[in-house]
Amino acid sequence: MNTPATEGRTRKGTAPRGVPYLFLAPAIILFTLFLLLPIGYAIYLSFRRIKVSGLGLGKNARTEIWAGLDNYRNALGDPELLGSAGRVLLYGLVLIPLMLGLALLFALLLDAPRVRFGRFAKLAIFLPYAVPGVIASMLWGFLYLPAVSPFNDLFGAAGLPEPDPLNGGSVFFAIVNIAVWGGVGFNMIVLFTSLRAVPGEIYESAQLDGASDLQIALRIKIPLLLPSLIMTTVFSLIATLQVFTEPLTIRSLTNSISSTWTPLMKVYRDAFSQNDIYSAAASSVVIALVTLVLSFGFLRLVSRQAFGGENR
Amino acid sequence: MTAVAVSHDQDQGPAPAVRPGARHRPSWLGSAILLVGAVYCLLPIAWVVAASTKNGSDLFTSFTFAPGTGFFENLGELSANGDGIYWRWLVNTAIYAGVGGALSALVSGISGYTLAKYRFAGRSAIFNVLLAGVLVPGITLAVPQYLLLAEVGLTDTYWAVLLPQIISPYGIYLARIYAAAAVPDTVVEAARTDGAGEFRIFARVALPMMVPGLVTVFLFQFVAIWNNFLLPFIMLSSDDKFPVTVGLFTLLNQGSTVPALYSLVILGSLLSIIPLIVLFLTLQRYWRTDLISGAVKG
Repeated sequence: MNTPATEGRTRKGTAPRGVPYLFLAPAIILFTLFLLLPIGYAIYLSFRRIKVSGLGLGKNARTEIWAGLDNYRNALGDPELLGSAGRVLLYGLVLIPLMLGLALLFALLLDAPRVRFGRFAKLAIFLPYAVPGVIASMLWGFLYLPAVSPFNDLFGAAGLPEPDPLNGGSVFFAIVNIAVWGGVGFNMIVLFTSLRAVPGEIYESAQLDGASDLQIALRIKIPLLLPSLIMTTVFSLIATLQVFTEPLTIRSLTNSISSTWTPLMKVYRDAFSQNDIYSAAASSVVIALVTLVLSFGFLRLVSRQAFGGENR
Repeated sequence: MTAVAVSHDQDQGPAPAVRPGARHRPSWLGSAILLVGAVYCLLPIAWVVAASTKNGSDLFTSFTFAPGTGFFENLGELSANGDGIYWRWLVNTAIYAGVGGALSALVSGISGYTLAKYRFAGRSAIFNVLLAGVLVPGITLAVPQYLLLAEVGLTDTYWAVLLPQIISPYGIYLARIYAAAAVPDTVVEAARTDGAGEFRIFARVALPMMVPGLVTVFLFQFVAIWNNFLLPFIMLSSDDKFPVTVGLFTLLNQGSTVPALYSLVILGSLLSIIPLIVLFLTLQRYWRTDLISGAVKG
């Protein structure tokens, strides 16, 4: 981005020394107060616990003491947390390929030369990005309610058994669907814009070589999209592990979702319903670590796979 | 990277019409798939438009997409509910997202400009630490943020929702890319030679050049704050400070015992997404997703 020439030129500038730090001060102060400090505080709390002496009554009966790794040991051995973690990993395994697969398909179709209705479809598919997760969950939640759902009218008219997506195991897919609906358009636009940045001559020469649209998509466009696909995957991964709003909202309409359905729901319950901020802090730290390990692990894996062999 | 970031609009890229394939017949399969996708995405929105016109009993009895006659009745009930608290929620949301987005764009703007245009000790270290913030699971911060703000007595105030969302590592990242591309070093230098102070150069010279990029940062942060549910849900306890998402969520929860409230939730949902959809359509050209996708190519 900065050639040595421009760097040299800027260095000649007569800016007083402190100016860059002064200009960065608001960002650094806010970053420290609202990111670094909470992270540090959560780590600190995760090593503390309440010691109750006697019956736990009286003024000094409850004191905060060092707990070592107890909270972590409890968190990692907690069947509820492990259950919710397993559920969310499965959720991610279904959601991310489905959402990004659809986003890729739509982006390639929008970029294909012979496809109609592109402008309309692009806008329509992007529109759910404007709908907050709570509102999206409410809209779909009502569409899932058998008394309201148009699908039940259709299934009933066709003499088929009416679906009930809010009950039993299908509530899992009901929530995946909300996330796909909300996320596919944004990812589609990111991928589509990357495609547009590719010079058209590449495709023209491929066409002269007799490549079909499908071959161009598979052999040229998808490999070119790899960096964007990697970035959208990492962001989806981070969002997936923190899923909270959709299941919490749908919970108002069904009994099939427990208060610890996802890890973050458990953190919320521990901290605010059970007033156990220490185990909530330990769980938060574990979730953050898992998120970082998975994101970096994925980045390392794909950078080897995707780019390692390219310079042969 | 730079060349991508300054291209003006996604629709002005290489036009597909001039590619040789355009001479062939249209691909009906491809068009049909796109239409199915569009219908899928519009379905809940079409439904909420139809459902908002139904009164409580029509909602559960008439065909899903058939319009009802209860729109103004619902509107009256929504306005009457809790002395018009719904409108208060909408105003709160506009304050959180509008003020928060604007401050965020400003902080991102001056930080991105500084990181792009100055050379100073610790520059790359500061940038890397800020950038790592993108990967920190933001939502897991909410609980410790709550505890810290409770220590200083700021929970259940507007500040509790506003302050944590001003800092946006992603916004700083975008602003830096944009400043590097849109503000030429020579212009900064010329202003310096003319004797302008550093802040004056930023405010009068660089900032105007960065406006389109900062509108993008504003839009991203505006939508992110509008969509954020967990933070206000944790921070706020009095309903006159709720944003519309938390307000409607509490209404929905009461609805499981008072189904008549469902009509209010449905109309409230519709009215809450209209401002965002309008913002989307009017500011469409500022959705500079070329910034996002171009950024990873560097």
